[in-house]
Amino acid sequence: MSAAGPLQGARLLGEAARSDAGGKHTSSPVLAVSGLGKAFRQYRSEWQRVVSWFGAPVTPSREHWALREVSFDVAAGSAVGIVGQNGAGKSTLLKLIAGTQRATEGSVQVSGRIAAILELGMGFNQEFTGRQNAIHAAGLMGLSADAIAQAMPDIEAFAEIGGYFDQPVRTYSSGMQMRVAFAVATAFRPDVLIVDEALSVGDAYFQHKSFGRIRAFKEQGTALLFVTHGMADVRALCDRVILLDRGRILRDGVPDEVVDFYNALIARKDNERIAVEQSRGADGWLRTRSGTGEAALIELSLADADSELPVRSARVGQRLALTARVRAHAPIPRLVLGYMLRDRLGHVVWGTNTWHTGQVVDDVRGDQLVVYTLRFTCTLGPGSYSFSPALVSSDTHLVDNYEWTDNALVFDVVNPDQSYFIGSNALDAKFDIRREESR
Amino acid sequence: MIAPNLASAWRYRNFIASSIRSEIRARFARSKLGGLWMIIHPLAQAAIFALVLAGIMSAKLPGMANDRSAYALYLLSGMLGWSLFADIVNRSLTLFVDNANLLKKMSFPRICLPIIAAGSALLNNILLFIAVLAAFAAFGRFPGMTAVWVPLLMLLTLSMGLAIGLLLGVVNVFVRDVGQIVPVALQFGFWLAPIAYTPDIVPGGLRRLVQVNPMTPIVEGYQSALLFDRAPDVSALAWLALTCVLLLVAALTMFRRASPEMVDVL
Repeated sequence: MSAAGPLQGARLLGEAARSDAGGKHTSSPVLAVSGLGKAFRQYRSEWQRVVSWFGAPVTPSREHWALREVSFDVAAGSAVGIVGQNGAGKSTLLKLIAGTQRATEGSVQVSGRIAAILELGMGFNQEFTGRQNAIHAAGLMGLSADAIAQAMPDIEAFAEIGGYFDQPVRTYSSGMQMRVAFAVATAFRPDVLIVDEALSVGDAYFQHKSFGRIRAFKEQGTALLFVTHGMADVRALCDRVILLDRGRILRDGVPDEVVDFYNALIARKDNERIAVEQSRGADGWLRTRSGTGEAALIELSLADADSELPVRSARVGQRLALTARVRAHAPIPRLVLGYMLRDRLGHVVWGTNTWHTGQVVDDVRGDQLVVYTLRFTCTLGPGSYSFSPALVSSDTHLVDNYEWTDNALVFDVVNPDQSYFIGSNALDAKFDIRREESR
Repeated sequence: MIAPNLASAWRYRNFIASSIRSEIRARFARSKLGGLWMIIHPLAQAAIFALVLAGIMSAKLPGMANDRSAYALYLLSGMLGWSLFADIVNRSLTLFVDNANLLKKMSFPRICLPIIAAGSALLNNILLFIAVLAAFAAFGRFPGMTAVWVPLLMLLTLSMGLAIGLLLGVVNVFVRDVGQIVPVALQFGFWLAPIAYTPDIVPGGLRRLVQVNPMTPIVEGYQSALLFDRAPDVSALAWLALTCVLLLVAALTMFRRASPEMVDVL
């Protein structure tokens, strides 16, 4: 595989300046992964491995493919999230692209410079100071001494660890190591930036700051590739999500589609009977339905709580009633209905279920109809929202998942008669203003 | 096959140079005598041997029977070569295991690591060489023109140490026993080279082993160039140089074949 050729600092700075000036970036892929596979081989004796390097015909005793037939392109300026369960091959994929591990088959083509933050730290030497480690790591990234010296004040300022920068790294907290590592890895804008869950370490302040820098890079044309378990991060930052399962690409598409499919897949893990189907509505929202089918939602509707007229567009402050009609297809000992209310980006605005509210329906007969009505005041900000109902048997869908539908009901919230505000929450807030005469 | 290795090392030359510098600087920063310890160890070892064995050994040195200081200088000459070799082998042996953290997290030409190790070992050895010259001067002896052979001998020692160290260092990643065996083997190597004794006192059976020790011609070369004021045995060194080249090619080939799997097991 051909990893990124290291560039001299001067050229790097030049490139950054050029793309700043140019503003636009082409959509040709900066990263092309084709037919990538990685096998971990075990031999009966390690000496057999040694002779295999010299062409001896030794067959490994065990061969485990952590990744197989993975192909995708990433365009400049796009952000791709890699999701999947533990052991799906996410980290292996990033390591192969970053070049710390070598592929067994297939290739990774990178045009430009690649920077990676893999796990915590960058292999820092605990005895050296933050500054010495920063210089060392920057050198390992192939930067020239001049470029490193030039970037050092910026690295020190971005890390914001004060006097600790000149103390041995062994005195650092893990968050401080992360700060220095991130500051070094992103001192120069790379063409491809790889982040492996590293940003989950550290405080909220630095996370915000890091995401700020990552977004700025992205706007300048850096392609992002990152692994995270935080689905909110994926929805907020990614244009595209790749779902890996047992070393292969299971889904590759827009975030809501893949994330909802992934959630349904997690539920399926314990129950192979669960079927998953996806469809995209005319409104652009994606519906993902999964479940074992003992109970099914036959109707979900939103109406004005007083007039009982159907509502498609709700007003801020309006009293609403959400009605769910659930049909049981088999006897169910305990039926729980849960809701998630999500905004356009997929962030959960509100969610609970009848387990938590102490309203479990016991011993539902095989053909019974259960009608739930949820009354609430629309204290939401203007925008588009969706309800995702789930029919389960306890406080989680991981035990029994009768039916789970993402974005089953979509509605808009408008603000025709209250003072203007932004955000997804209509706080019942009032200004209280008085003048004080200065003496 | 070897060219890409060297080409990528060349691109990282700045990094290699600054790493060697910072390694030396770091040594001095953390202890009062710092890097000097690296030359104090072989000097102290030579001093101990000299104290214990000078009486017996001085008489055995050809043409220097009456010179009490000659044995000390004989020891120092051989030790100069041996310590370079042992230093590089020891460093290379644990190079990849010690840098596992770095190898797993950063992508850079792996060949930089042995080059940095060899570079700082060489710098140490140059310091030791200066100390040895000072010791010669202290005993009122000055090596002749034949001392110009020393840099060539150093280069030969360096490449042999690097080739053997790299072979062992790569295997040590997969078979950790190697790391335990090598220090013992180095002890044997030291005593099977005519460093603390002269070749003629070795009994017949062992003499064969001393002769096949690749360090023997190098050690004798150092002794000739520094103490006996004569050119080393050129034909022996030429054979050794050829062996070194072959070993280096083998080491780099193995390094290249093994590196895809190296990070997998670290």
